[in-house]
Amino acid sequence: MAIQARSITKRFGGFTALDDVSIDVPAGSLTALLGPSGGGKSTLLRIIAGLESPETGEVWIEGRDMAGVAPQERGVGFVFQHYAAFKHMTVRENVAFGLRIRKRPKADVNRRVDELLALVQLSPFAQRYPSELSGGQRQRMALARALAVEPSLLLLDEPFGALDANVREELRAWLRRLHQEMPVTTLFVTHDQEEAMELADQIVVISQGRVEQAGTPSDLYDRPVNDFVMNFIGPVTRLDGRLVRPHDVQLQVAPTGPADEAVVERIVRLGFEVRVQLVLADGQPVAAQLPRTEAEELELREGDIVHVRATRPASPAVAA
Amino acid sequence: MKSRLALRTVALGYLTVLLVLPVGMVFYRAFEHGLGKFFDALTTPQAQHAIGLTLLVVAITVPVNTVFGIVTALALERRSFHGRAVLERVIDMPFVISPIVVGLALVLVYGEQGWAANALVASGIRVIFSVPGIVLATMFVSLPFVVREVAPVLREIGSEQEEAAQTLGASGWQTFWRVTLPAIRPAVAYGVVLTTARALGEFGAVAVVSGHLQGQTETMTLYVQDRFEGFDVTSAYAISVLLAVFAMSALLGMTYLDRRRARRS
Amino acid sequence: MRPPLLGVSIVWLSVMVLLPLAALVASSTDRGLGGFWNAISSPEAVAAFKFTVLVAIAVAAVNAVSGTLIAWVLVRDEFRGKSLVNALIDLPFALPTIVAGLTLLALYGPRGPAPFDVAFTKWAVLFALVFVTLPFVVRSVQPVLMELDREVEEAAASLGAGPFTTFRRVILPSLAPAIASGAGLALGRALGEFGSVVLISGNLPFKTEVSSVFIYNRIQSGDQSGAAAVSVVLLAASLVLLSGLTFLGRRWSR
Repeated sequence: MAIQARSITKRFGGFTALDDVSIDVPAGSLTALLGPSGGGKSTLLRIIAGLESPETGEVWIEGRDMAGVAPQERGVGFVFQHYAAFKHMTVRENVAFGLRIRKRPKADVNRRVDELLALVQLSPFAQRYPSELSGGQRQRMALARALAVEPSLLLLDEPFGALDANVREELRAWLRRLHQEMPVTTLFVTHDQEEAMELADQIVVISQGRVEQAGTPSDLYDRPVNDFVMNFIGPVTRLDGRLVRPHDVQLQVAPTGPADEAVVERIVRLGFEVRVQLVLADGQPVAAQLPRTEAEELELREGDIVHVRATRPASPAVAA
Repeated sequence: MKSRLALRTVALGYLTVLLVLPVGMVFYRAFEHGLGKFFDALTTPQAQHAIGLTLLVVAITVPVNTVFGIVTALALERRSFHGRAVLERVIDMPFVISPIVVGLALVLVYGEQGWAANALVASGIRVIFSVPGIVLATMFVSLPFVVREVAPVLREIGSEQEEAAQTLGASGWQTFWRVTLPAIRPAVAYGVVLTTARALGEFGAVAVVSGHLQGQTETMTLYVQDRFEGFDVTSAYAISVLLAVFAMSALLGMTYLDRRRARRS
Repeated sequence: MRPPLLGVSIVWLSVMVLLPLAALVASSTDRGLGGFWNAISSPEAVAAFKFTVLVAIAVAAVNAVSGTLIAWVLVRDEFRGKSLVNALIDLPFALPTIVAGLTLLALYGPRGPAPFDVAFTKWAVLFALVFVTLPFVVRSVQPVLMELDREVEEAAASLGAGPFTTFRRVILPSLAPAIASGAGLALGRALGEFGSVVLISGNLPFKTEVSSVFIYNRIQSGDQSGAAAVSVVLLAASLVLLSGLTFLGRRWSR
């Protein structure tokens, strides 16, 4: 285990940000801390980095107890949502910062900086200032800067949160590739479940200061432990008082078992799949998702009455 | 537009009558009797002493207030504690207190019957009626400037860059020197100019604290009053011109630094 | 180890500012509450105090108007030499107060070329104080005026409001806090001003003597306790008037 956090509790005044939180991060993995804003994920990340101290609990990094250890000595690289670029230094000087602090010889510093700038594809911008770079470029610089001192851990706090949607997608793929090339244990915070599902080996869902579930993306998607996780990860719809995945909702003209009647309200054809919005007898809306062929077989039209049932067990919790 | 012209005329007229003409008059009076008399006035032993003393006081006041100003700004914006508003009020106090009252308060602490009198007598240091007193008075009145310029900048840039430096291995001092200081440099420069101008021009507090001892504890501003009351009007105006020139240099400094800051943002 | 920034600052401010202030308050009651009362209720002290407060309020009022006008011209108008004029506004900040007094005396005093002589009159005090407080309202209002959204004024105009009405009902309320803040600074400065008035006013008791001069005279006479008492009252007045102005500024902006 590269990181172990045990029973972390953190309070800010009267507000409890983290309540007895424990997580494990395997070495070399790419783990996501996922959850809604204000849930405590960034706080946990900062505690691991040593930028905050918990009220109770322990953090172990690579088997060492981090109690009383300053951020300078933890060997962690940190990337901030708003880049935290050193505005008065060039890109090159930014990336070289950690190495210069450690008084490495000039030639070594230059070599390493060149390596990293090539890695993040910022070599032509070495002499520019951060204000002259785009958001995506600044974040790549921040990553290069963090990696320059060969940290044992890479922590990213909503790294793509401040970027445009298309830049975000680009950098996501880029980060995945980077991690494959340099498998440093990476822990990143995000509120975007798509991002977590796409990038992470392991996801820890944190909400209101507590861990809801930890597991692989398919664990969380197929076997959510409660309604919150199910709702947060992947699409949901409500049927028979429980949450079901829309693609697990079966539509039949003539029912072959217990089923509810529903009126087809709207049909959206997205090429490969068809999304159907239905309304139950009591007025409740239900969403279903079918492949195109199935929809064609049923010859669905708006206003039709069909029977709906869940083909897979729904979330274990009983919804209110 | 006619009303625009009218407004402009009134404003400029007001400024001319209030500002331009009087200052112009001082220059006129100083050079009225020729350049020679002007320089004579500046080179008498007493004048030379006043100029030297003023520069000495400024040379001590400005660096000390700058260092403590930065420290206080850092305390305000990088430390969490209860009573921020109280601290800010205390920092603003020198702006609210009359210079005469400042002088009196200092005499009440460091004077012959003051609170610190015993300790001072024991160590043989004279504060009131001596240079240390003048330095203290000048430091008091110019205390807030650097803090008030630096604190908002520290608040605005936030602590993320400093945190980043920490995770990269920089110690507290390295972080301050390489990351924080370059970011606050323009604010510090502006604060230094304001502090210097204030220190040069202080009169009331120093008048009380110095005892006005000619040739010993007279700063330039006190010397002006001394010459004026001695009916040596030309000398008074000559020193005033020198002070006005310092003031205008400070003004130029302020304008220049202001423009640079505006361009940066 | 985290550097003790807060500790150092608190010690520094306590020694430099709080200690002298404490000595001041303590000395004011050296002769008990009776002595305090005697010191502040002497006819000369009262006259000086009344005059000081009156003239300071007048100065704040004058500055509120003239400062806003000048800020308006500097922000909304364009003419050659505007940047020079803008820089000049700060001159009273930078100029030593004693020199300020001298400059006014040179021009508007007995031997000045001006057709009138204000020396040794109440007007002299007003003049000197208006001089030294010139920048406060201007510098306070300028940034607010620059940030003002023109669209609101245009909307008012399109609804039929003349320029004066627009100014009174749309612009002024937005400027009110800034004007109040600047006027407050001017007021605080005017209450305590010494250097610029000591030459031009003649310091005639009951006529042109301000509280700061009165306090100075008390110190010269060796009456430190009495001087401290009047100082405390002056300081209290400054703080009260300043809070009052902040309050007013907030009310007007609604």
